[in-house]
Amino acid sequence: MVDSKKQWKAWLYLAPAIVLLLVFTVWPIINTLRMAFLDNYNGMRAVAGEKFNIGIENFKKVVEFKDFFVCLKNTALLCVITVPVSTLLALLISSALNSIKFLQKFLQTIFFLPYVTNSIAIGMVFAAMFNMVRTVRIIQTAGIVNNVIMFFGGQPVNWINAGSTYWANMVVMIIYIVWNALPFKILILLGGMQSINKQYYDAAKVDGSSRSRILWKITVPLLSPMIAYVVITGFIGGFKEYTSIVGIFGENMGPASAAGRLNTMVGYIYDALPNNDYGRASAAALILFGIILIVTLINLQVSKKRVHY
Amino acid sequence: MKVVLENLTRVFPNRTKGGEDVVAVNNFSFEIPDGKLVGLLGPSGCGKSTTLYMICGLQKPSGGKIYFGEDDVTDLPPEHRGVGLVFQNYALYPHMTVKQNIMYPLQNLKGEDKLTKDEMLKRTVEVAKLVQIDNLLDRKPSELSGGQQQRVAIARALVKMPRVLLLDEPLSNLDARLRLQTREEIRRIQQETGITTIFVTHDQEEAMSISDMIVVMKLGVVQQIGKPQNVYDDPANLFVAKFLGTPPINVFEGEIRGGMLFIGDDPVLAVGKPDRKVVVGIRPEGFILDERGPMHCKIKGVEVMGRDVSVVATNEASLNPVVRSIISAESKVDVAAESVRYSIKPHKLFLFDPETEERIPFEV
Repeated sequence: MVDSKKQWKAWLYLAPAIVLLLVFTVWPIINTLRMAFLDNYNGMRAVAGEKFNIGIENFKKVVEFKDFFVCLKNTALLCVITVPVSTLLALLISSALNSIKFLQKFLQTIFFLPYVTNSIAIGMVFAAMFNMVRTVRIIQTAGIVNNVIMFFGGQPVNWINAGSTYWANMVVMIIYIVWNALPFKILILLGGMQSINKQYYDAAKVDGSSRSRILWKITVPLLSPMIAYVVITGFIGGFKEYTSIVGIFGENMGPASAAGRLNTMVGYIYDALPNNDYGRASAAALILFGIILIVTLINLQVSKKRVHY
Repeated sequence: MKVVLENLTRVFPNRTKGGEDVVAVNNFSFEIPDGKLVGLLGPSGCGKSTTLYMICGLQKPSGGKIYFGEDDVTDLPPEHRGVGLVFQNYALYPHMTVKQNIMYPLQNLKGEDKLTKDEMLKRTVEVAKLVQIDNLLDRKPSELSGGQQQRVAIARALVKMPRVLLLDEPLSNLDARLRLQTREEIRRIQQETGITTIFVTHDQEEAMSISDMIVVMKLGVVQQIGKPQNVYDDPANLFVAKFLGTPPINVFEGEIRGGMLFIGDDPVLAVGKPDRKVVVGIRPEGFILDERGPMHCKIKGVEVMGRDVSVVATNEASLNPVVRSIISAESKVDVAAESVRYSIKPHKLFLFDPETEERIPFEV
């Protein structure tokens, strides 16, 4: 314990971090709460000196707004599909990486690259890969994906351009998000695997386990704290999905023919900002927070039964 | 099932440039008779665990052969050898209950060996009864004591009825009282099942107390193989003599002059050998308090241990810091006296070559 007379020193060392937290985290949280519960709060009008009544008008506006449920659906769908898929893939990849010696470090670096690459840049590359250019007679395609499909004799698909279907868009989004989510999950899971006592594997070998049984009966249960961690952070990240859509589709949040179709919760919050409609944005942010909180609590509850520490 | 090791060798290549390879096990040949309990004994780094892992199949020998009965198992993977292995820290799967842990090897069986659920459960309960943990089947390993975990590990190794049971330092993680109890337990289980059992230990007392045979190793080379008492009474070299026995053997510089063995200036024993320098080993129980005995020592203290008394003394020729002798508690030691005199039991005294440390036999 620190001598109580010397505690001011401890506070002094903590002060820079505390000041930054107060200004950039604590105050915004309080301010969000305040703005959300002031009816029709608007930044510009507030500066002009207008007073607002306390109420839940903002929340009503959010829920009554028809695009809100589109955003909610898109967000939930992306979460529910991408989190399990990326976790499973990350598990298989890291277990493969863990069992090879040759090129392990090199491949580890390759798999980690997306993590240190700008999401908007990746989104633009994806947009180029799935691109399609239509001329009058023939379909010309610039994207490598359609080129590959055509090389194998398939029909090119309109993935992201004007006139594309919702599910074609979603497939691209899912591939992008999964690919973008893999490096962090692989990093965590591979680290977890490398810290599992080798004796368990020796014991399993002597007991005659097959490789798949070792993976599902030994590795996965022993890795369950890490798996729970990547699933929970995956859901939280999924609910905040925004940049990926901007990266591929631009600020339209959808193909040219259907702008806004792929909008997400965070996108919805940002939409309110140019109009200084801070009240609505704050209310939406609180709703998103509530959803993430509930989903995380469910996650924790489920993992309590499944996680072995 | 007898186990035959033929010129077994394991070399760990040195990874640094110009360094020497490490020979963990060097040319080990030994036949373990069916149904015996054999202890591999030696200080750490002597290659005993490597030998065990080679028998088990987790490590590949660099040379030599391993036979189980008449089958050459040298190139077989562990799961096809029919071995059960108990790890030093048990390696129980922490996420499974005791029952699931024991049943796990059975669930791995494939093809015609495959068992029904009822058969698995029956075998699990049987083996749990054998090691007396059948009341703990639904617990997790973290809810068990060290001794109970050890039993679960043994049960898991036994459940698929292995041809050979291997134990790696089975008692090292237990406290003293439990160690005594568990080693008798291992002996009992081994005798009840009749499975050829090999275990590794650095604790000579442990090895001597339960083994039918012990193998003493040093730096990858087998020093001596035999029944525990024979190895103790008739050590092949100074290393074996020093390694076995608590308290350890007393070692002196000595010299043979005119057929008489001298320790310092004391003529200790007539050995009838040509004149030469020797190293003398005398077991602590080889000293007899004797007012007219030939050997002089300075008394440092007496430790009473109930049944016995341990006299701690010094002697200028001693290669150990102190000379420790164990005598019956009835014989009175005058602690106030400055010196003490002993005569020596001839069969508790061994001569060794100072250079090679090999035993020099002599007739009394």
